[in-house]
Amino acid sequence: MTIQTPSGSQEVLSRRSILRVGAAAGGGLLLGFYSPAADAAGAAPPSGAPFAPDAFIRIDRAGKITLVMPQVEMGQGVYTSLSMILAEELDAAFDAVAVEAAPPSDALYGNPVFGIQATGNSNSVRAFWKKLRLTGAAARAILIQAAASQWKVDAPSCTAANSEVIHAPTGRRIAYGALADAAAKLTPPANPQLKDPKNFKLIGKPLKRLDTPDKVNGKALYGIDALPPGVKYAAIAASPVFGGKVGHVDDTAAKTMPGVRQVVVLDDLVAVVGDHFWAAKQGLEALNIVWNDGPNVHVNSEQIRNDISAASEHEGAVAKSRGDAARALKEGDAIEAHFEMPFLSHAPMEPMNCTVHVRPDGCEIWVGTQVCARTQAIAAKVTGLPLDKVIVHNQLLGGGFGRRLDVDGTEKSVRIAQKVDGPIKVVWTREEDIQHDFYRPMYYDRITASLKDGRIDGWKHRVTGSSIMKRWFPLGFQHGVDIDGVDSAIDEPYDIPNMRVEFVQHEPPAVPTGFWRGVGPNNNVFAIESFIDELAHKAGKNPLDFRLEMLGKTPRLKAALELVAKKARWGDPLPPRVGRGIAAQVAFASFIATIAEVEVDEQGDVRVRRITSAVDTGIAVNPDTIVAQLQGGLIFGLTAALYGEITIANGRVQQSNFNDYRMLRIDQTPAIDVHLIKSGEAPGGIGETGTTAAPPAVRNAIYAATGIALRRMPIDREVLAGRKPA
Amino acid sequence: MIKLHLNGQVREVDAPADMPLLWVLRDLLGMTGTKFGCGIAQCGACTVHIDGKSVRSCLLPVGSIGNRAVTTIEAVGETPAGAKVQRAWLDLEVVQCGYCQSGQIMSAAALLAATPHPDDADIDAAMAGNICRCGTYVRIRAAIKKAAGARQD
Repeated sequence: MTIQTPSGSQEVLSRRSILRVGAAAGGGLLLGFYSPAADAAGAAPPSGAPFAPDAFIRIDRAGKITLVMPQVEMGQGVYTSLSMILAEELDAAFDAVAVEAAPPSDALYGNPVFGIQATGNSNSVRAFWKKLRLTGAAARAILIQAAASQWKVDAPSCTAANSEVIHAPTGRRIAYGALADAAAKLTPPANPQLKDPKNFKLIGKPLKRLDTPDKVNGKALYGIDALPPGVKYAAIAASPVFGGKVGHVDDTAAKTMPGVRQVVVLDDLVAVVGDHFWAAKQGLEALNIVWNDGPNVHVNSEQIRNDISAASEHEGAVAKSRGDAARALKEGDAIEAHFEMPFLSHAPMEPMNCTVHVRPDGCEIWVGTQVCARTQAIAAKVTGLPLDKVIVHNQLLGGGFGRRLDVDGTEKSVRIAQKVDGPIKVVWTREEDIQHDFYRPMYYDRITASLKDGRIDGWKHRVTGSSIMKRWFPLGFQHGVDIDGVDSAIDEPYDIPNMRVEFVQHEPPAVPTGFWRGVGPNNNVFAIESFIDELAHKAGKNPLDFRLEMLGKTPRLKAALELVAKKARWGDPLPPRVGRGIAAQVAFASFIATIAEVEVDEQGDVRVRRITSAVDTGIAVNPDTIVAQLQGGLIFGLTAALYGEITIANGRVQQSNFNDYRMLRIDQTPAIDVHLIKSGEAPGGIGETGTTAAPPAVRNAIYAATGIALRRMPIDREVLAGRKPA
Repeated sequence: MIKLHLNGQVREVDAPADMPLLWVLRDLLGMTGTKFGCGIAQCGACTVHIDGKSVRSCLLPVGSIGNRAVTTIEAVGETPAGAKVQRAWLDLEVVQCGYCQSGQIMSAAALLAATPHPDDADIDAAMAGNICRCGTYVRIRAAIKKAAGARQD
């Protein structure tokens, strides 16, 4: 299989006519497509047209099958899992399919959950599961119909397999490519017959990923690898203080340096253009920039923490109310705790970058983005060009984790490119990348609960933090509640008769916030599962039994918890200062129970010895990818728990690179065992689930090992060593 | 002009002597398999081989290399250790986003060339300089062991 260079939007928007010409000339490709959403949006061409731009599947006369990927590949294996879904219902020979990145279009390639073209929230498989199955099945149906007509037999007497239609009674078979012309003239069925899952040939098999061969030999192309002819390179500096502006720039020294071509001074940033990135970076370092720091120069982390704590004392907007939480908390023996989460940077291994060529009549962009259409739109806005004059070549992403759901990088790069003659590749240094992120918000959670007969009777959870939805997707912020901010809090899994969940929107001064792997559940699962352990302790119960007794309404999580307890040998004796901790979660529509085994030494150093997870994620499209995502997600979460914190002083981020914004390394990585539970339920999300599971599991293991109940991430070794109060 | 012995060929590049090899490879020679991650030798994404040993190219002045042999991810598959590492990486489906994997593979290939049967401590020592943000470490360890086993065949 091959991964083709993505098409530009210009080509796609006019593809119908281009391809009609191609077909008339005897080449080209001909199969019509099926997309219920695009039909509904009025975006589809008239029924029976030879070609439509809302294509997920293309079949040419030579039989080459191209699957167009609406979601971007950033390591989560989505090119493979979505291809498997399409190829399953299409009965395509999987090892011969080609994969191509979709061009920008919310209407044609919008994520059915968001309505815009976005890859995030661990929902690619969930969101496209039905749509891609219907698409594949509709294509198969018209291919079979075309063959049946040619053979003058009934369609139901034909079957399909390996990109061929077969008529078993007469032993005839014909390849899809030979049927493409005829099939293109047929109208796809409105309700094509989907396969019974027991007949799946691809889904459920651990297939090799389509994108990995080129990732072990240096051939895979990420955004940062774009090399349009004549490209120059830019290094940039934005104001170190959030919101600051450029005051004065002395570029005398920089301009004399070999390889430095141009200095671009904008309102909020300075860029040095060079023949290569080294020259650009050297030039940037030789500049003398005076910044106007602006109003945020006194912003610091301590004040932000005090402010969010104060904000959390006020009643919030009610996100969920069941029974009478106020009465239950008054009558019962209530305990209260608060939990805190720090700002975090994404730090994908591929630093932010964007290559742009602005011409008077058009703009071309090479970038890896989680939001292709928004990337096109921001470039159109900055340049004043119509959308169809902005071509976006979406590249593989060297990690996304939510960072590439924002288009600030493209916006800045286009503004720089407007001042430069020819294509310009703008690359963020790691320092610039970490200091100018959209940070995972700081959160402050207050939870109060009461016990009755050893179970939770009353529960009040108030989440305080930034609303990312309000900025990024306003529909997700209504009546004061950010639906992401309370995700996994309003639908928590335990049988609690009286509960109330509130959200307090509190924006930090100056610090921009954005989605970060695990999103809302990251905060909520940590707070809830940490507090559940404290409640178990108060009830005098084993944390496993305490949870199991309250999971009546959530049998899939209960089964996962029972399995993980067995696999992790819950209850087996452990040496001193070693403990096991549980995290049980329903997040992204997956049911996952995790046990961490952790050792804490006298100096407060934490060693995670082992992590075991049991996962019910419904139908596992590619089981090996699901295991890989759990392994990686847990490690991402461990990094956050052990090291992750962005702090602010004098209005600027204090961390700058991997020396002071640490990542977990291989020598600190525990053994990880992931156990998949077979399920016939619809697929759940998986990419972010390990990240939400690791911090509470480790925190609870530390609680078991030391008796110290940490309430804040990251883990503070000073507290564990007894040098600082908890 | 600086003469480089690169992947079995002699290449001449017009670069200042203090320019790090990373940018010579990527921006002057168009060899983009070697990646930029941090610029301060903290992450290992830029790892190449100099005379078979792993080196971070982001801090290596191109003028300091002299006649020593430079091998990058584009050619490491032509070495016995590199080929086995690449095979094991695919067999165990190590890769996620893949951005760090050029560097991981270069470090692993250098390890196996020097230490054909590494134990866990050897793997930790050789690989701890390579960060993977996707968290593929569990499979990296397993793949190195698999590649080492294959060498005995």
